[in-house]
Amino acid sequence: MKIFRLKVGRRSLVALSLGFVVASLPVSPVMAGSNNGSVNIYSYRQPGLIKPLLKAFTEKSGIKVRVIFAKSGLSERIAAEGRNSPADIMLTSDIGRLAGADTLGIAQKIDSEIINSNIPARFRDPKGKWVGLTSRARIIFASKQRVKQKAITYEELADPKWKGRICTRSGQHVYSIGLFASLIAHHGVDWTEKWLTGVKANLARKPSGNDRAQVKSIFAGECDIALGNTYYMGKMETNEKEPVQKEWANAVRVVFPNAEGRGTHINISGMVLAKYAPNRENAIKLMEYLTTDKAQQIYSETNFEYPVKPGVPVSARVRSWGELKADKLDLLEVAKYRKTASELVDKVGFNNGPNS
Amino acid sequence: MKAGVGANRLFVIPALLVALLLVLPLATLIYLAAGNSGNVWAHLLANVLPDAISTTILLMLGVGAGTAFIGVGAAWLTAMCRFPGRKILQWMLVLPLAMPIYITAYIYLELLDYTGPVQSFLRWAFGFASVRDYWFPDIRSLGGAVFIMTLVLYPYVFLTTRLVFLMQGASILEASRSLGAGPGRMFRQIALPLARPAIAVGVTIALMESLNDIGAVEILGVQTLTFSIYDTWLNRGSLAGAAQIALFTLVIVIILIAVERFARRHQRYSSARDQRPPSSFKLSGIKAALAFVACLLPVALGFIVPFAALVNFSSRRLEQLFDDDLASATINSVMVSSMTALVTVIAAFSLVYVARLSRNNTMQRAGRLASLGYAVPGTVIAIGVLFPLAAFDNLVDGWMRSGFGVSTGLLVSGSAAIIVYACTVRFMALAHGSLDAGMDKISSHLDMAARSLGRTAGQTLRQIHLPLMARALATAALLVFVDTMKELSATILLRPFDFNTLATFVYERASLAVFEDASIAALIIILIGMVPVVLLMGLSGQSASTR
Repeated sequence: MKIFRLKVGRRSLVALSLGFVVASLPVSPVMAGSNNGSVNIYSYRQPGLIKPLLKAFTEKSGIKVRVIFAKSGLSERIAAEGRNSPADIMLTSDIGRLAGADTLGIAQKIDSEIINSNIPARFRDPKGKWVGLTSRARIIFASKQRVKQKAITYEELADPKWKGRICTRSGQHVYSIGLFASLIAHHGVDWTEKWLTGVKANLARKPSGNDRAQVKSIFAGECDIALGNTYYMGKMETNEKEPVQKEWANAVRVVFPNAEGRGTHINISGMVLAKYAPNRENAIKLMEYLTTDKAQQIYSETNFEYPVKPGVPVSARVRSWGELKADKLDLLEVAKYRKTASELVDKVGFNNGPNS
Repeated sequence: MKAGVGANRLFVIPALLVALLLVLPLATLIYLAAGNSGNVWAHLLANVLPDAISTTILLMLGVGAGTAFIGVGAAWLTAMCRFPGRKILQWMLVLPLAMPIYITAYIYLELLDYTGPVQSFLRWAFGFASVRDYWFPDIRSLGGAVFIMTLVLYPYVFLTTRLVFLMQGASILEASRSLGAGPGRMFRQIALPLARPAIAVGVTIALMESLNDIGAVEILGVQTLTFSIYDTWLNRGSLAGAAQIALFTLVIVIILIAVERFARRHQRYSSARDQRPPSSFKLSGIKAALAFVACLLPVALGFIVPFAALVNFSSRRLEQLFDDDLASATINSVMVSSMTALVTVIAAFSLVYVARLSRNNTMQRAGRLASLGYAVPGTVIAIGVLFPLAAFDNLVDGWMRSGFGVSTGLLVSGSAAIIVYACTVRFMALAHGSLDAGMDKISSHLDMAARSLGRTAGQTLRQIHLPLMARALATAALLVFVDTMKELSATILLRPFDFNTLATFVYERASLAVFEDASIAALIIILIGMVPVVLLMGLSGQSASTR
């Protein structure tokens, strides 16, 4: 009886496995896509964020776009896949990752007059290995109720007057690391270490959660100011599924730090052309498309990011938070100090929170 | 002593090949670790590892003690005592196994942090104005992580221990009873020592899961060794340094496994054991109520609370049920999990079986080495699988190009088969452990009898071992199925284009906006996972009473 049952089970499993193998066979490049071929993206950015752009691109060009999304390891995957990697483009949201792609040797020079004329040199790699697509400012969310001060600098976050009042996400998150690296570039390592120690002492709780969670904490009264990226504000203000987030957003105002000085720290999202891109021409077409007014506007309107193409207006909602004066620091400087910044975070025990 | 009845090559060579494939990712890890780690060690030694090691050890001690306490306690109560509600509770006690740790962690953070409903209620009820007015345990802490992981992982201990309590048979326990031992003494002096190896197996599984976790520790901000692996790799750009820390954590695991083996060293079952269920203690009054509450609590905290939260989120998003992507993600999840279960069990069986036949220590060691994958974070396994497979694919492609002028591209690493491979490596320990223990229980006299009666090795396998192992095989397959359903970090990195499983679907939604948007997919993971979990319970529990 038992043996019989086992046999049946095995047979159905074999059938299932055959079906699976067939279903999972790699689709050959000839079959994929429509007449105009396809282009393959490895994306560190969430598929939902780039979907409207890719859809618009496919409608316009007839080129099919396929995406793999993951939060870590995609660069290593391209490196491992080597000459046969299907990846054409890598999309990512941090200058460190963009510069890292070149270090890993998985990028090739992006040679396009259109891109070079659309995107200012400041947002392009001098060697042409990456191009920025949007920028986002690391701003301060301040409680409307409890924070009267209008202008706040990053530097003064270490001031004891903020004791027990600051919330932030993990110090090892790329967004935090980017900001800390910019401070190293401006003030040096020792100064930044002292600053981190001061900020740590001012924290209301252990760094955790995403940027949105920080605003929620201000809303609930756990802290008064928090570091965050601009677009989270837009995401909360327009959240129809969880309308309570609109209330969170309503509890804070956006302060652009150092607006009266060198400007607010920005990071960029950008793209890399894979070294062995099998659909290079289509990839360039897509990259060029992403730098057009139309695409930049979609970024601005649906994702609340800052377009990097001059002349493309920021969305009305983003404008309502105030004007961004961006720190002019060379982005490669930020990438350069990432490792040091990450080490400082460990050294001062930033992520252990205020009581350690 | 094992019976070395001899294995023919037909068995040994495939088994060696299997072992090789399973160890390959670990070998890759060693290869990566040999690279230039870019001076990260001075920093790691000074600022990271001392804390990370003590945090990891404390986490493991906490999870070990917690899962053993709940698992053994609940197993004893449901196996040996009778009280109202026992029948339902013994089934429900396994359910937390279907919950992915990161989901439980996220939900508890939402419920228990300052802004969550619990603290908000306390502030409202007692009129506290701010965080300085009262004390509340911080869920974002080592203690919080121990709490969450214990709640999700205790069923491993419950399952293994309960089986032993049931299988100890009536005679031993009745003998001790007739000699005047009360339930307490019987538990301490007879049942517990007999169950010790089973407890060790369950706790080891729980500890390895807590060691490889990145989801919960990231959500709760607990800086374990796994956490430092990710920081070293992603923020300090040193894959080699990350691989070195990963190898270091493996040393901890090897010690763990050695301890577990040591605990099991004297355990040999005879196949002719008393199969009657032991007579149970009837509890009444306050004792029955206490037993009921003691068994309800882990179920309520580990399953009902997070499940109810998910149902609540989902109820506002029912339209997602008709999402085509969700349907294909569900199909993919079931496919990948079934395939992985099948492949893992076959691979584990070949290792265990050949080790038995050939009396070959190398094969046994290979099996244990192959089980190490369980302790390695999924992303690291993924990298370890990716490098050799892609290199293989490129090699084949090169031959085909130069020989026949056709390109085969990424034959294996470009398909979903690579996910099955990675998950097989990850979850080998579950299958290997179950089958190894199951095989141990089959007396070696049976092998010798069968062979001396003229059966070939193949016939002995079909007629003796497979039927006797059916339950262990099913247990192994179900365990691997459930864990693969929940698997995220290897799958997300290795998948082909436009390929989602439920777990990656949850992740894509959750990281895009809010976790709540992923609640329906999370519920489906749990609902599908509940099927094998309940079957597992059936395999471990009902047998004794139905015979």
